[in-house]
Amino acid sequence: MTNQSHYEILKEIVKIYLPEDVSVSDITEESNFTSELNINSANLVDIILDVEDAFGITLENQDMDQMKTVKDALRIVEQKLVE
Amino acid sequence: MSLQHILAKLPYSKPFLYVDSLIEINENYAEGSYSFKEDEFFYQGHFTGHPVTPGVILTECCAQIGLVALGIFLLEKEGASLKNVKIAMSSSQMEFYLPVYPLELVTVKSEKVYFRFQKLKCEVKMYNSLGKLVCKGSLSGMLKKETP
Repeated sequence: MTNQSHYEILKEIVKIYLPEDVSVSDITEESNFTSELNINSANLVDIILDVEDAFGITLENQDMDQMKTVKDALRIVEQKLVE
Repeated sequence: MSLQHILAKLPYSKPFLYVDSLIEINENYAEGSYSFKEDEFFYQGHFTGHPVTPGVILTECCAQIGLVALGIFLLEKEGASLKNVKIAMSSSQMEFYLPVYPLELVTVKSEKVYFRFQKLKCEVKMYNSLGKLVCKGSLSGMLKKETP
């Protein structure tokens, strides 16, 4: 079960970096950041930095490597928050 | 790590190398200079009969010194091998104030904003030989260690 408010916060962040041909309504938990939402690797870094600020956590290189989908990002956020 | 060593590692060559010398590089800052030659290829057409350095070339010069030279320094400091590094500019936002003509010497000063997850973001400024601001802006690039 995904924390709904965390999902909403993440969606608000991702929204900023979506290219013009992808709309907010295209975002689902299963969305792959690069192949489906067309977010490039530089903007994925921006998303990660915003996520760090929004949740007050610090992410490592291996976290980014694991962050393929929205669901992955939420899982990593939950993990970091309990640590 | 010597400045000469970093200069030699820059992955550019004529006619697209826009760094003559590196003046200073540390973890947060890079400074270098370039003097535009009279026969740079782009002066033939920019503009016809009236050579002025194109903004994209000034941006490139800022990026080679401010992003790539600094990025090489930071990667080497991390102990990374530079053999499999892929470099790409990911965003540029520049403002231009003064023209740069053939034979002018420019100095680029770059302040690191962050280098995280292989993305380097810098605030760059370019000055002419009179110390006047030529252009400034924000540049980002990815310095990706290729996974085998």
